[in-house]
Amino acid sequence: MIKAKDINEHTPWQDLTPGGEIYEPGTARAFNTGTWRTNTPVFHEEACKHCMLCIPFCPDSSIPVKDGKRLDFNYLHCKGCGICENVCPFKAITMVSGGVAL
Amino acid sequence: MSSCLSGNEAVAYAIKQINPDVMGTFPITPSTEIPEYFADYVANGEVTTEYVTVESEHSSMSVCIAAQAAGARSVSATSACGLALMYELLYVAASCRLPITLACVNRALSGPININNDYSDSMGARDSGWIQIYAENNQEAYDNFLMAMPIGESPGVRLPVMTCMDGFITSHAIENIELLETDIVRKFVGDYNPEHYLLKKENPLAVGPYDVSAYYMEHKVQEAEAMKAAKARILEVAAEFERISGRHYGLFEKYKMDDAELALVLIGSSAGTAKAAIDKLREQGVKAGLVKIRIFRPFPGEELARALAGCKAAAVMDKSEGFSANGGPLFAETRSALYDLKERPYLINIVYGLGGRDFKTGDVEKVFDRLAEIVLTGKTGPVYTHMGQRSKEVEA
Amino acid sequence: MNRVYDLKREVEKPERLTGGHRLCAGCGAGVIVAGVLRALDKEDKAVVVNATSCLEVSTFMYPYTAYMDSYIHSAFENSAATCSGVEAAYKALKRRGKLEETVKFITFAGDGGTYDIGFQSLSGAMERGHDMVYVCYDNEAYMNTGIQRSSSTPRFTRTTTTPLGSAQKGKQQHKKDLTEILVAHNIPYAAQTAPLGNFKDLHIKSHKAIYTEGPCFLNILSPCPRGWDYPMDKLAEIIKLAVDTCVWPLYEVEEGVWRLSYTPKKKLPVADYLRTQGRFRNMFQKGNEWMIEEAQQYVDQKWERLLEHTGA
Repeated sequence: MIKAKDINEHTPWQDLTPGGEIYEPGTARAFNTGTWRTNTPVFHEEACKHCMLCIPFCPDSSIPVKDGKRLDFNYLHCKGCGICENVCPFKAITMVSGGVAL
Repeated sequence: MSSCLSGNEAVAYAIKQINPDVMGTFPITPSTEIPEYFADYVANGEVTTEYVTVESEHSSMSVCIAAQAAGARSVSATSACGLALMYELLYVAASCRLPITLACVNRALSGPININNDYSDSMGARDSGWIQIYAENNQEAYDNFLMAMPIGESPGVRLPVMTCMDGFITSHAIENIELLETDIVRKFVGDYNPEHYLLKKENPLAVGPYDVSAYYMEHKVQEAEAMKAAKARILEVAAEFERISGRHYGLFEKYKMDDAELALVLIGSSAGTAKAAIDKLREQGVKAGLVKIRIFRPFPGEELARALAGCKAAAVMDKSEGFSANGGPLFAETRSALYDLKERPYLINIVYGLGGRDFKTGDVEKVFDRLAEIVLTGKTGPVYTHMGQRSKEVEA
Repeated sequence: MNRVYDLKREVEKPERLTGGHRLCAGCGAGVIVAGVLRALDKEDKAVVVNATSCLEVSTFMYPYTAYMDSYIHSAFENSAATCSGVEAAYKALKRRGKLEETVKFITFAGDGGTYDIGFQSLSGAMERGHDMVYVCYDNEAYMNTGIQRSSSTPRFTRTTTTPLGSAQKGKQQHKKDLTEILVAHNIPYAAQTAPLGNFKDLHIKSHKAIYTEGPCFLNILSPCPRGWDYPMDKLAEIIKLAVDTCVWPLYEVEEGVWRLSYTPKKKLPVADYLRTQGRFRNMFQKGNEWMIEEAQQYVDQKWERLLEHTGA
């Protein structure tokens, strides 16, 4: 079975999946959209009440959740839209300028 | 077992014997009878097919594409404008490599609207990536449909198959026909077992990506290679079919071609007319022959060149206009195929039979007369002409 | 739905739309798709069907699929028929004992693919009664091709095919009321929702649509920062204004019974919503006050009718 990780712009036609099929779930995870960011959300854990309102509003699944707690951002896919900052009732997220959180 | 069926009923009966998983249908003359006959089988519990009566041919092909991708063997039937409405999706089906089977009952395309036979519908779809198999009569329509799935579903091919028969001439005429026993059909056609499908438990499948230019070309090369590979598979399946039926099929049928000096190349039911005329001409000492194209896609170019190599002159008969101002689609393929021969026969193209215009043995004789004249004078005259239309000018 | 909605529990389910898709930053579509798919019970599989759209070209760009479930895209105008085909295959394979597990069928299409070019296919599928959910993420124009008007575009909107000229300014016609047209199909469930607040409305309606047998329809307002011309961080604010001005009322029709899902505490003027988006900027030019008045009248009229339907 041909895997998505073995497919790239140098792969010969013989080694591509027929018709462009993909046989695995969520292969887009391997694609970095974090480079698109011009602003970056910063998480202030001390202010967070774990209300979870930011999670469903994140368009890029960049806020991990575990055992009832939201964790720090996963920046691999975060495009820095800033929706999370606006929906946070507790100022636990602030946007900083630039693609990298310093 | 012998029976007496119309072409449409023969195909409906083939579908019943196969008992496919899904059928997507929409009525259009002259293919309407196929879903009608099949509806009776459904209503009487003679099949367990999911029978989806959609609101357009666009949707019937969409249903077939999705069902086939989901792991279900899918079939449909249509004609003319119905095929034209499917046009976009014919490409999708082929490029997604989904071996759907479609019975195309050939009818002239609008406009003006006309319900009679020619090949303007399926010839318009000739570059869509579908295998195309044409029938001369009811028996062939039935047999071709049974062979479609073993060809298209073969892992090295994975292409959809269009089995074509002539609207009304074949679809509605009742002829004697030999049917195979259903258990033999089922064994021959086998189960549809794709490696990956949407409903597969073990892993998901994603179908129909946005294919950027870094990949599109490679996927088209795959498709082109599959079409090339189909030729051998078609012959393999024909050989298997001969074992169960005793009926022989090739890429095309040669009729009295062994010593033929003058030949016709054509498709479909006109072959019957041509054969009758050739028999008469042979009695008169004319060395006439016929090549009846059965497989138009993949086009059997090399084989056809060999078949025509010994002729002095040949007429390619196109029952569809391409409006290329340079001849019909069968002519374009045939002339291209002959290019590599060291010694080529004279070649002319005659467009005939549009919208159900009659084609009689007398017309065939006229064509052979013209070929004889060409051989005699060494002058082809006008290469691309029409036949059977009323005109102020005398026919070439 | 037999359990009360618990956002904490829902967001801890494994995601079904992954990151790494190429939708624009702040796009409503990804939020909506993730939200609808979150309503699937954890143990159930789905086949996601997609019309050609921003969503499609962004979420399955070869070889990157953002879906954890099986997915099929075929063309622009046929997503409902495509979903019909998958569902037909499911029925056939189940009948023949080739399949055991429960699989749900969810279609996503934009307003162009739903209100316009895919309308026939949708109507046919709904009439035939396939067990499927059709979700329109309604961003009120053809965004994938560069913001052209659709029959979902509201009146006076500036798009690239309804520009602001000297003779004509913006779209001349009102938005088609597709949800009502779908209700007229007598399907078991049709609803309007939006990604709002704690997502309770979107979640419960999605769950109902997915787990109600037969064809169900969801129309979900999907803000587009690019096409609507607003800052990309304002998704939640714009949705809140859309529902509080009654521009996008939240309601559902279950087995013919209309129910209002949300009544604003204070019905805000439509201008409060229009002002947030550049696509309506012309309505605020001097001399164009009548446009805002007419927009207000239209919304009021639709809202009153909805109140009559729902008996609220």
